Amino acid sequence: MKRKKQGGKLLIYLVLCVLSLIYVFPFFWLLRSSFMTSAEIFAVPMKWLPEQPAVENFGEALTAFPFLQYLKNTLLIVVLNIAGNIFSSSFVAFGFARLRFPGRNFFFALVISTMMIPSSVLQIPQFIIWQKLGFYDTYVPLTLPAFFLNAFFIFLMRQFITTIPRDYDEAALIDGAGYPAIYLKIVLPLTKPALATVGVFSFMWSWNDFIGPLIYLKSSAKYTLSLGLQSFLDRYVNQWHYLMAASTVVILPMILLYFFAQRYFIEGITFSGIKG
Amino acid sequence: MQKRKTFSIRRTQTVWGYIFILPAILGFALFYLGPMLFSLGISFFDWDMIRPPQFVGVQNYINMFTLSNSLVSKALKVTLYYSLLTVPLITVVSLFISMLLNSKIKLISVFRTVFYIPSIVPAVANAALWMFLCNPMFGLLNSLLKAVGLPPQNWIYDTKTVIPTMAIIGLWGAGNTVVIYLAGLQGIPAHLYEAIDIDGGNALHKFKNVTVPLLSPVIFYNMVMAIINSMQTFTQAYIMTEGGPNNASLFYVLLLYRTAFNDQQMGYASAMAWLFFLIVAALTVLAFKLSNTWVFYGEE
Repeated sequence: MKRKKQGGKLLIYLVLCVLSLIYVFPFFWLLRSSFMTSAEIFAVPMKWLPEQPAVENFGEALTAFPFLQYLKNTLLIVVLNIAGNIFSSSFVAFGFARLRFPGRNFFFALVISTMMIPSSVLQIPQFIIWQKLGFYDTYVPLTLPAFFLNAFFIFLMRQFITTIPRDYDEAALIDGAGYPAIYLKIVLPLTKPALATVGVFSFMWSWNDFIGPLIYLKSSAKYTLSLGLQSFLDRYVNQWHYLMAASTVVILPMILLYFFAQRYFIEGITFSGIKG
Repeated sequence: MQKRKTFSIRRTQTVWGYIFILPAILGFALFYLGPMLFSLGISFFDWDMIRPPQFVGVQNYINMFTLSNSLVSKALKVTLYYSLLTVPLITVVSLFISMLLNSKIKLISVFRTVFYIPSIVPAVANAALWMFLCNPMFGLLNSLLKAVGLPPQNWIYDTKTVIPTMAIIGLWGAGNTVVIYLAGLQGIPAHLYEAIDIDGGNALHKFKNVTVPLLSPVIFYNMVMAIINSMQTFTQAYIMTEGGPNNASLFYVLLLYRTAFNDQQMGYASAMAWLFFLIVAALTVLAFKLSNTWVFYGEE
C-alpha cells in the first residue's frame, strides 16, 4: 500500500515536471532571445543560448520606443485606477453591507448585473460619449470609471465587510459616531487585506489593458506600455531580439508584483470562483 | 418616543445608504445603462459620426446577413469554432493540472507558481512572444518539430491551423482556471475519498463519484467564464494575425472593432454589438439550462 503511494507520487512529480517545462519554456525563450544578436536568432542550426549576452538590446529597445515616457503614462493610469477602485469599492460596499434601506437588494442586483455585459458591447457607445464630451485622447475614459463602479470589486468588498463583526459599528454608533466615521475609522482599516486584493487586480488590469488605450489614445506621447509595445511590434518587424527585450521589460513588473503580492492574487481569483 | 427613534434611525440609514451607494448608481447609469440604451438606439441609424444620423429601421440587422460583402457570419463561425475548441480544452487541461497540484508533495508551491504566472503576462507581450515562437522559418515550435523529425507547420499563418494554434496558446494563459479548480478541490472533504478507499474503489472511482460531482459547480462556473472570454477574443487576433490569413481568424470582436473604429460605421457596428450581446446571453442561458442535468449543488 505504502509503496504504491510512493510510486503514485513519483508519477505525479514526473508529469508535473514535464508540464512545468512546457509552461516555463516560452519564458526561457523570451529571455534567451532578448540577450541574442539578430544573427544568433536567425542562425541555422538553431542556437540554444547566446554566445555573449547582448545586453545592448535592452538599451536599444528602450530608446527606440520611449520606454520611460510610456512607463510614466502607464503608472499614472494604474495609480488612478487603484485609487478609484479602492475608494469606490469600499465606499459602495460599506453601504450595501452595513446599512439597511429600501431598494438595497435591487441596486445590488443592478451592480452585479454589469458583470454580465460583454465589454465589447459597451465600447462603441462609451467611445462616442467620451468623444462628444471632448475626452478623446485623454486619460479620463481610462481612469474616471474606476471611481464609480467595478462590480467584481464591490462584490468582493461587500463579502469581506460582512465578515467584520457589527459590534464595533454598534459601539461606535452608541458613542455618537456617524456612518462616515464608522466607514473611515472602523471598517476601512479592517478591510486592508481585501483592499490589497482590489489594488493588485486594479494594477494588473490597467497595466495589461490594451483595447482601452487603443480606442482612446491617439497621440503617441500619451501611449501606455502595452500600446507602445504594439506599435513597436509594427515598426520593428523581424527585429526579434529588440522585440523580445522590450516584451521582457513590459512583463517583468507584473511578475515582480506577483512575487510580492502572491497571496492577494490567489485570494482574488479564488473569490471569483467561489461566488459561482 | 421609542417608535419615533427607530423611525429616525431608519431614515438616517436610508439617507446614508443611498449616499454610500451613490457612486455605483451613477456609474451604472453613466457607464452601463446609458451607453447600452444609446447603443440600442443608434443601431437603428446609419451614422459615421460626421454627418447627422439617418434612421434606417432594422436595415443594419438585415444587412449583417444579406450584404454580399458582409463578414458577420464568417466572424461568427470563426468565433464559435474557437470557443468550441477552447472551452473543452481549457476545462480538461486545467482540471488535470489542478488535480496534480492538489497533491501533498514537496515544491508544490513552485509548481503552482509556474502554471499561474503565464496568465498575468500582458496580452500584447503574450502575443509578441507567441508570434515569435510560431514563426515558420526560425520559431521554436518548428525547430522542435524538426528535432523530432516531424514536418514543420505554419501555425498561426495558415487558414487551417490558425484557430487550433490559438486555442493551444490560450492554454498557456489558463492559470486563473487552474487556481479556481484548485480552491474547489481543496474544499472537498478528505473523508469522502477515504470512504471509497474503504469500499475498495480506485482513483477512477474517486474521480467519477467524488471529484466530479462535488466540483461540478466550479467546473460549470469555469466553463461559463471560458465561453464568455473565448467569445470576446480580440487582442491576440488583432496583434498576431490581424484576422488573417484570409479572414480565418477574423474574430467577431475584431470585426466589430474595425467596423466601428476603422470604418466609422457606428450604427451598423452597434447593431453588430447587440447581436453579439444576445448571442453571448443565449449561450450563457443555454449553459445554465444544461447545468441542471449535471451540476450538483449539494443536498439541502
